Amino acid sequence: MISFSPSEEQQMIINTVNQFAVNEMRKLYRECDEDGEIPPEIIDKAWEFGLIAGSIPDKYGGFGSEHSAVTGALVAEELAWGDLSMAMHILCPALVAFPILEAGSEEQKEKYLSLFCGEGYKPATAVLIEPRFNFDPCALTTTARLDGNEYVLNGEKCYVPLAADADLLLVYADEDGTTQGFIVENGASGLKIGEREKNMGLKALATYELTLKNCRIPKGNRLGGEAGCDFSRILNYSRVALSAMAVGVARAAYEYSLDYSKQRYAFGEPIAARQTIAFMLAEMAIEVDATRFMTWEAAWELDKGKDATKDASLAKMYADDMVLTVTDRAVQILGGHGYIRDHPVELWLRNGRGFVTFDGMAIV
Amino acid sequence: MIDFELSPEFESARKRAREDAEKLFRPISRYYDEHEHESADDLMRILWQRNISGRGLLGSGGGRMGPEAVLLAEETFRGDAGLALSAPGPGLAGAALTASATQEQRERFLKRFTEGEPKWGCMAITEPGCGSDTAAIQTSAMRDGDEWVLNGEKMFASKAKKALDSGGIIVVWATVDKSAGRAGIKPFVVEAGTPGARVEKVEDKLGIRAEETCVLILDNCRIPYDNIIGSPEVIDKTKTEGFKRAMATFDFTRPFVAAMALGVGRAALDFVKETFQREGVEIRYGSTRHKLSALERDVMDMESNMKAAELLAMRAVWMLNQMQRNDLQASMAKTKAGLAVTRVTQKAVELLGPLGYSRKNLLEKWMRDSKINDIFEGTGQINTLIVARRILGYTREQLK
Repeated sequence: MISFSPSEEQQMIINTVNQFAVNEMRKLYRECDEDGEIPPEIIDKAWEFGLIAGSIPDKYGGFGSEHSAVTGALVAEELAWGDLSMAMHILCPALVAFPILEAGSEEQKEKYLSLFCGEGYKPATAVLIEPRFNFDPCALTTTARLDGNEYVLNGEKCYVPLAADADLLLVYADEDGTTQGFIVENGASGLKIGEREKNMGLKALATYELTLKNCRIPKGNRLGGEAGCDFSRILNYSRVALSAMAVGVARAAYEYSLDYSKQRYAFGEPIAARQTIAFMLAEMAIEVDATRFMTWEAAWELDKGKDATKDASLAKMYADDMVLTVTDRAVQILGGHGYIRDHPVELWLRNGRGFVTFDGMAIV
Repeated sequence: MIDFELSPEFESARKRAREDAEKLFRPISRYYDEHEHESADDLMRILWQRNISGRGLLGSGGGRMGPEAVLLAEETFRGDAGLALSAPGPGLAGAALTASATQEQRERFLKRFTEGEPKWGCMAITEPGCGSDTAAIQTSAMRDGDEWVLNGEKMFASKAKKALDSGGIIVVWATVDKSAGRAGIKPFVVEAGTPGARVEKVEDKLGIRAEETCVLILDNCRIPYDNIIGSPEVIDKTKTEGFKRAMATFDFTRPFVAAMALGVGRAALDFVKETFQREGVEIRYGSTRHKLSALERDVMDMESNMKAAELLAMRAVWMLNQMQRNDLQASMAKTKAGLAVTRVTQKAVELLGPLGYSRKNLLEKWMRDSKINDIFEGTGQINTLIVARRILGYTREQLK
């Protein structure tokens, strides 16, 4: 039965997260962007919602709800509507928790999942992107080689959120032509966390370059153990997360420019009373909704255990373009004011531009 | 609960609808495109038989249907939009009657569509001087004792000739009081055989040529007093209930017009993909952008635009089924679908080069067919305007 309505429980989560976004994230996001820092208090507060622990079964210490990509997408949109940097920071531990939940061996689940069910925020991150223009998550240059009872990792990575603070890093590397995940503990020999990066957007989120030089980890730390992991499925979870976040950012920009267009007067009437502005807003509204549904459908496929590659990648590509168009239009509607940092639309445009680059930086 | 599940029964109905539409329409598609004013009588008889036996247009089995009805309609129009639009039945006239006629009127006007020879219903709104601006309707309805006297000229009246020739009905929108603007505009039923109603011309068109588009003349056309749908009173000129009800018909039809658009887009996209597959060109979903060829990107762009419009259309129908007001969402779907398929079919012609432009294949026809979707049932611009007014909370005076 086709339905576009979140369940009651999902609606409660949406409302809670939205309230948090309105009352907490939206109060601080500009300051965070300028300072390049997010106060730990706000991250801790978000942690209390149990957004990650909620999806982890009782037996590993979680709250035991079923892990759902649809619910994850709903949460991701609301958080990203609040602020993208904070959203990625808040959900960063999921980059390790959810792949282990979905693809980890029983041993790995027992060892690691409970770490994400504690009272305090558990910093953990994924290491996927590599610093080259033709980066391809399915053809990594970072390599993993089995040597006796150890894997040896070599390569250069970038855009690793929270790398300096993370206790656990899920490093993706090429092993005989396929991408596999490797659980690396911070401090492992051969793992060198580089400088904090300076990017056009996501300025509040601490991301790092990272080098793996003969980094040795136990053989058992390969995600999924003997079986390894189906990386394409993990990538699809990430595509859903990022598409949902793109929808959140675009929605923020759409709403803001809509309000502005009704308040800004030119030639004796609100600029919204002109079709040239009103039509841009109409198109933005249509595209935001359409992208949200494409994201939901891909998420739903994941929840049903289907191969979501086609729909998730189409949704992600569509979202990449959509968020750029919508945030750009928002800046345009505000005109000169949109270019000034007093208004948030320039920040959303900078953040929105990044989605094509953010492979694997969020997961639901 | 957010859900996109299609039952196995639906999937097989969908498959049947696709095969059926291909079998029924495709072999004669080109012929009726090139023989514009000929009627596909054999096909019409088949479709009529299905209609009156309750099987729906194309073996949908009828019955209650959720948002997936959009997907089923898509399959029908994937066969051929012009021929599918020509199908006998009450059509838009039926929709108007169902929305606001009395039980007695429904009996009187709709019963004929359940028996006998094929019959058509027609809706006549547009005039030479007004299209989207329906409040400017000039066709008049004057009361004369027990009758209404209709005078005026209507255009773009789909299947008006078929309706008059077959014993069908035409719902004519006319004003009972020009000074009342929208509040004075009412729907009237003109039955076939009524003196004073005649089709003056059948238009020559860019596409959907199998569908007849007529100029209808109402020349002292006298109809019984109780052929008016709804109340004849212009009680308060500021109240436009009747008009709004008429427009509410669109809340139901627009998602299906979107579906019709998508059907044509799907036909074109499938043709492109089948051609590529035959030539060994693979579309690598999930590849990174850098590795995709321009051609792959184009196909993906076409697919996602189709998907976007399809989901918007299903959402609009879903809301209708949930008894939620869906005028905004119906217009969103219609706008997106019209744009999407215009782009998809035009791109398809480009991608297939000489194969796309040639009349040997149907692709160029689909491009011509698809353009109507950005025009009828509210042009893309009118629907965008509706969306804009609704999201801004503006009246028609505030956003012109």
